[in-house]
Formats: sequence, structure tokens, C-alpha cells
Amino acid sequence: MQETDIKLLANILPNLPENIQSEILSVEEFRGETTLSIRKESIRRVVEFLKNDPSFRFDVMMDLFAMDYMKHVTPQTERFAVVYYLVSLLQTRRLRLKVFLSEEDPSVDSIHDLYKAANWFEREAFDLYGIKFNGHPNLTRILCHSDFEGHPLRKDYPSDKYQRLKNAMPSEGL
Amino acid sequence: MHTTLTPPESSKYMRLNLGPSHPATHGTLRVFVELEGEIIRDMKLEIGYLHRCFEKMAETHTWNQVIPFTDRLNYVSAMMNNVGYVMAVEKLLGVEPTKRCQRVRVILCELSRIIDHLVCIGANAVDLGALTCFWYFFRERENVYDLFEALCGARLTTSATRVGGMYKEVPEGWFDWVRRVVNNIPRTLDDVDALLTNNRIWIDRTKGVGVISKENALEYGFTGPCLRATGIPYDIRKAMPYYDYDKFAFNVITQSEGDTYARYLVRMGEMRESLKIIHQALDDMPEGSVNIDDWAVVLPPKDQVYNSIEGLMAHFKLIMHGIRPPSGEVYACSEAANGELGFFISSDNQGRPYRVRVRPPCFAIYQAFPEMCIGQTVSDAVATLGSLNIVAGELDR
Repeated sequence: MQETDIKLLANILPNLPENIQSEILSVEEFRGETTLSIRKESIRRVVEFLKNDPSFRFDVMMDLFAMDYMKHVTPQTERFAVVYYLVSLLQTRRLRLKVFLSEEDPSVDSIHDLYKAANWFEREAFDLYGIKFNGHPNLTRILCHSDFEGHPLRKDYPSDKYQRLKNAMPSEGL
Repeated sequence: MHTTLTPPESSKYMRLNLGPSHPATHGTLRVFVELEGEIIRDMKLEIGYLHRCFEKMAETHTWNQVIPFTDRLNYVSAMMNNVGYVMAVEKLLGVEPTKRCQRVRVILCELSRIIDHLVCIGANAVDLGALTCFWYFFRERENVYDLFEALCGARLTTSATRVGGMYKEVPEGWFDWVRRVVNNIPRTLDDVDALLTNNRIWIDRTKGVGVISKENALEYGFTGPCLRATGIPYDIRKAMPYYDYDKFAFNVITQSEGDTYARYLVRMGEMRESLKIIHQALDDMPEGSVNIDDWAVVLPPKDQVYNSIEGLMAHFKLIMHGIRPPSGEVYACSEAANGELGFFISSDNQGRPYRVRVRPPCFAIYQAFPEMCIGQTVSDAVATLGSLNIVAGELDR
């Protein structure tokens, strides 16, 4: 973190312990919203701390989704990002965490056991962006058909591409 | 999609498939259940039948062209999606709509909340065999749709908002018409209240059915009436007020049981609170324009387009290139009928969004459906599903 980031962080989230602060790569403030960029290896630890620590208590995981920065005008550190949106109902505080993932290895630890909500949201990010969530119990497609090839929301997937369904009706399971 | 149930260890359970096209699902939802007698022992959900690539399509259209897509998210209360989306774009642009526009949007949102709850309760009651309430409610719903039609020409897919304002100025006499429609609604609510709230059959079918605890609801990311039915008074209109919601006097309705009956009571109460808000917004309606005075965001008036070069240029630029918001990422949330409707928008200073992400309230709520149903009967599952108000358009996007 840079000097300005540390100051910003002290304003937004005071009393963040040292071992969590060291996992934050950068702090961004835009239109009154805070985005913390977190080291990929420690996202689980940071989320777990923010959820359980009595002075923070981010009790709801409002949203989880992926981003593809491939064609963004300003170059980003890595191609993919997973965005976590945590909300503390009591303190009405909101926080966005971001983890950048490389094109070669778009994988991050799953947080499905920290928030039950994360299960489907992670499946959606896998389905649409091909992000792998390590430790997820059922990382399968959720919105697209199981025969679908590729990940439709990636920027290199053409928006007018047509795929014919080979096996329209799954017979197993019934 | 393509969910398979795990192979049963013994064959004592019967497996049953509901949907994707089933009268009780009110949309394309597919549910697999494993039954022991009539009791649900396991349940798997399959969604995605109404996936129309909203987020991908948004990336290929200009900022204003995305608005018609948002109608198709929660199509029962399309106005709220329109408002939620333009709110996010306006936040990104750093512009604030005029006071009159804010009041009109509040009225539209609260009317939408009322019709959304009307459909939810009405359909829920139909699933349990009570058809009368449905017709009572749909009469009022039609009246509200007449209002929408007068305002924007469409009843269901309204597309009434624009970035920086509204599609059109409110027609003459519209506010009086709103008052007349709104004055009729309490009578219908009283009728249905009398038919259902103390009805022995209704109570037997809904009390203790589809229970979710406070802690679990938070874990699953519940918002809206389903969360408030568990006893958590969280409402974005109070917690993070937008459009002067903090100046209106209204209560947040909560119940503590977290069952289907509690969700019914919360929705009934919320409609009455919405009526209060509409009356206050009507009483405090400022004069002026519904659009902001910035031709880089809203289209110039037609006489300016035809008679001045500046107007013509602004019109041309907006139609051909669209609005150009600054680079950045914002998340704007509003209290929709089902809960927190969030739009995350990423811009890289182009005429089209770089990424639009919807946070649909249903997605989080529907995930908890198996947990709420296991151990209960199939008919209880139908009652629960109706009270969660899952709208497939929003769930699958």
C-alpha cells in the first residue's frame, strides 16, 4: 500500500489489525464507495475476519461477481477480477473487495462456507467467466446449459456467437 | 443447468420433477424433489431457463439503450428496475435528477411496489385455492397499469426513465388520477385482509410453513420483505435514503416468525406504507422540469433541435455516441419489491457500459428454498415458493 492508501484506509476502516492491513494491495475511493484490492492468497482470511470480528461484523455478502478487464481502456494489473460486496447491516457500512486473477490461472479460494449465499454466486462467476473457486462443493454451470462451450461474459467471446445445443434434454437425474 | 440428484442409497424415496413449466412455479423454475410419502427429503433446483444474457447485451448498447432490457428483469415491477439502473448511471456521472423527477420516481416506485406485492399475495393465494383475492387485487393492478400507460405508453415493459430524468413530462391531470387510484386501494386491502388474515384455512396453510431463521436469512443474503419477515428491520429506504426517502414518514414493517404467514403480513403492511409515501410525494410536488438541464446527458427539447445548431449537435452526439460517463465503477442500490436491487456499473469512458452487473434479490433468496422446504410436504413447498416471489426474469437475467 502507498502512503495515501494507508491514510484513506485509516479514515474508512479504523483499527484494522496489522496482519489484515498487510494483505491489502490498494485502496480506492470513488463516489463515496470504497474498494480494497486484496492479495489473492488471503481473500478467505480477510473475509473471515471482516465477517466475524465484533467491531466490523460484515454480516451479509450482498454480491459476488467476476470482471474481465481484457479490453478496458486503462490497463489493469491482471485480466480477471472477482469482486466481493460485503454489507454490515448494523453499521450500514458497505465495502467492496477485489481480487485480481491472472489469465493463466483464474482461480481463487471459495468462501461458500463463510457465507451460504456465496455458493450460487460463485457458480455464476464460474459459468460466465470461467473463474475456478478452489474448494467449492458443486462448481457447475448455473445459468447456461451444461453443454455450453466457453464462458459467455468474457470479453473475447463474441456477443453474436451462436451455439447449437447437442443434447437439449438431460435424461439423467429424473 | 442440468442438475442431477445424487443416486439414492435406498429406493425408499420417490423422485419427482416439478417444472420448468408448472402452474405453481409462476415462471420457468425447475425443482427436483425426493419424497418419502409426501414429505420432501431432498431438493435440487435448476435455474437458467430464462437466461437472456442481459449483462452481455448491455455491453453492446449505449447507456440509454440498456433501459428497455431492465424492464425484463423483474417484469412485475419494471419501473423499479428502470429507476435502479438510471440511478447507478447518474451516480457514475455525478448528476442528481431534479426534485420533481425524484418525486415522480418515488411515486412510480411505490406504485410498482404495491402491484408487485398484489401479484405476489394474489398468486400465492391462488396456489392455495383462494381465487377471490386474486381478482380483487388484479382490479387495482389494472388501474395502476392504466396510470403507467398514460405516463409512458406501455403497461408492462415501461422503460419510463432516462438517464438524467424521465422519458416525458407527466401528462396533465395525471397526479389527480394517481390520487383517485390510490384512494381506492385501501378498500381492496381491507377486503383481502378480511378474507385472509384471520382465515382458518389460510393460517393453517401458511403459519409455520417455509420458516427461515434470522441468522440463516442473513447468511443467504436475504433482503426485502423476506428478510423483514424474520425480524430484521433492514430497508434501504431507511438505511441509505435516496430520493428524499428520509423526509417521508413511513414505518418499516417487520414480523418475527420468518414463515409464509409473516411474509404475507409484511407485504400487506408495506402496501399501506407505500400509499402513505405516495400521498406525501403528491402533496409535495415541485414545479419545473423532470429532466436536468444538461445536453450532454438528456436530449434537448425538440424546438431547440430543429431551430438551433447547438440543439441539433447535442441531439446528434447523444444519439450517435451516447452519454460518455467518466471511467470508474459504482454500485447503486435501491429497495425493490423483493429486496436490494443493485446495479454495479463499470465504465471506461466510452459510449457503452464496460460492464453492467445486476444484483437480483431473487437470486439470493431462491438459493435458500431447499433448506426452507426439506421436511415439509410438496403442497407446503408451493405455498413457500409463492411467498418468496421468485421472478424468473430477474433470477436468470
